[in-house]
Amino acid sequence: MIEVKHISKQFGGKQVLTDVSGVFQKGKTNLIIGASGTGKSVLMKCMVGIIKPNEGEVFYDGRSFTNADRDLKTEIRREIGMLFQGGALFDSKNVQENVKFPLDMLTKMPEEEKIERVNFCLKRVGLENTNKKMPSEISGGMKKRVGIARAIVMNPDYLYCDEPNSGLDPQTSIRIDNLIDEITKEFNTTTIVVTHDMNSVMEIGENILFIHQGRKLWEGNSEEILHTDCQELEDFVLANKLMRAVKSIS
Amino acid sequence: MRKLGKYIIFISTLFTRREKFKVYASQTLEECMKIGVDSIFIVVIVSSFIGAVTAVQTAFNLISPLIPKYVIGLLVRDMTMLELAPTVIGIVFAGKVGSNIAGELGTMRITEQIDALEVMGINSASYLVLPKIVAAMITYPLLVILAAFLSIMGGFLAGVFSGHLTETQYVFGLRADFNPFNVNFALIKSLVFAFLVSSISAFTGYFTVGGALEVGKSSTNAVTSSCIAILVADYLLAQLLL
Repeated sequence: MIEVKHISKQFGGKQVLTDVSGVFQKGKTNLIIGASGTGKSVLMKCMVGIIKPNEGEVFYDGRSFTNADRDLKTEIRREIGMLFQGGALFDSKNVQENVKFPLDMLTKMPEEEKIERVNFCLKRVGLENTNKKMPSEISGGMKKRVGIARAIVMNPDYLYCDEPNSGLDPQTSIRIDNLIDEITKEFNTTTIVVTHDMNSVMEIGENILFIHQGRKLWEGNSEEILHTDCQELEDFVLANKLMRAVKSIS
Repeated sequence: MRKLGKYIIFISTLFTRREKFKVYASQTLEECMKIGVDSIFIVVIVSSFIGAVTAVQTAFNLISPLIPKYVIGLLVRDMTMLELAPTVIGIVFAGKVGSNIAGELGTMRITEQIDALEVMGINSASYLVLPKIVAAMITYPLLVILAAFLSIMGGFLAGVFSGHLTETQYVFGLRADFNPFNVNFALIKSLVFAFLVSSISAFTGYFTVGGALEVGKSSTNAVTSSCIAILVADYLLAQLLL
């Protein structure tokens, strides 16, 4: 479980996050949603320690991450897997080397065992026999799946996904969403997905946190979202025609 | 001053939370190839020509019959050792290697590859930058030795084949009043310049913010700052050691 308490962040006098709190449950796909530029990615970066918040704390299963010493921070970080928006694959390494990288750096596993684990993860994301391909030779959707394979290779307790559907066609998006959801259940991870894609919200949103202008305005699930009385959330959800049609039916 | 402070903190982070020695060894070897071996071609061209040009221009300026011809060899040797090999090649090195390091790290920053390393709990600065600095400090002195040799050979070929002096005169000039400290001085300078170019370029690239345009700016800034640092260090070292 990840707990966020009263997170605030400013950039050069501009308030990006204000007093955001929330709880993200283990074994569930937790979504942070909101329009572009509302502070979703900043919140996630505060949670993984890439950005230091001005105020507030983040707890990983009761362990304070924000105020942890360097050793504890490193220990917690090694329990985190993260899928970045663009995949963030290392350009100079092939698919296998990218997925194997955390094992090379953080474990003393024998080489055969590492390869076995890499192949298992690649198979899990549906990318068998792509081991020797370079990131420049694979599609955007494949890059995301390699990113997921790299994120789960260490068997993480916490899985972060930053806009996993950006730049993908609807079919591939749904496949990625379902993959994230299946992995969450299979490995019992605390998964947090930052997205503004309503398809993802309806598909995998078990616990949803809505951010608007740097503040948390609503928390609930995909069933409750269509019947919210939060005006800002309603504007966000019903921005597209399809969602308006879905609401009228429901 | 703020930037200088940030640079010093950045350098100190290279030595904290280090990874396994094996990781650095393979990374350093890879960087030696990229930084050193890939720079040989440009070093060969530049150093051969600066030696040749120095010999021809010195001969052109020796109009007094009282000055012996072997002075051409002596001047090529001393200018090469003291300035041309370590400093001029240093500027070329900053242009080639500095922009490459800043561009590579800048791209890694904007494509979140550096963030990915940090999230894994790896000290990204140490993992990415330390091997580059060590590789530069290993290979640059070797490049300077190569440059010095080729510059002197270039001077020999240009001086002798253009008929300004004989082989014997040139070789006599090379051996006349030789001060072995000049070799040490050139090597000390090469170590300092290699550290400055690699660390300043890495610092500039590592803290790139923005997109492709900013990566380009970082590369340019890395080269400019490295060149200025080389010239300032060149003057300070000359004052301190000569």
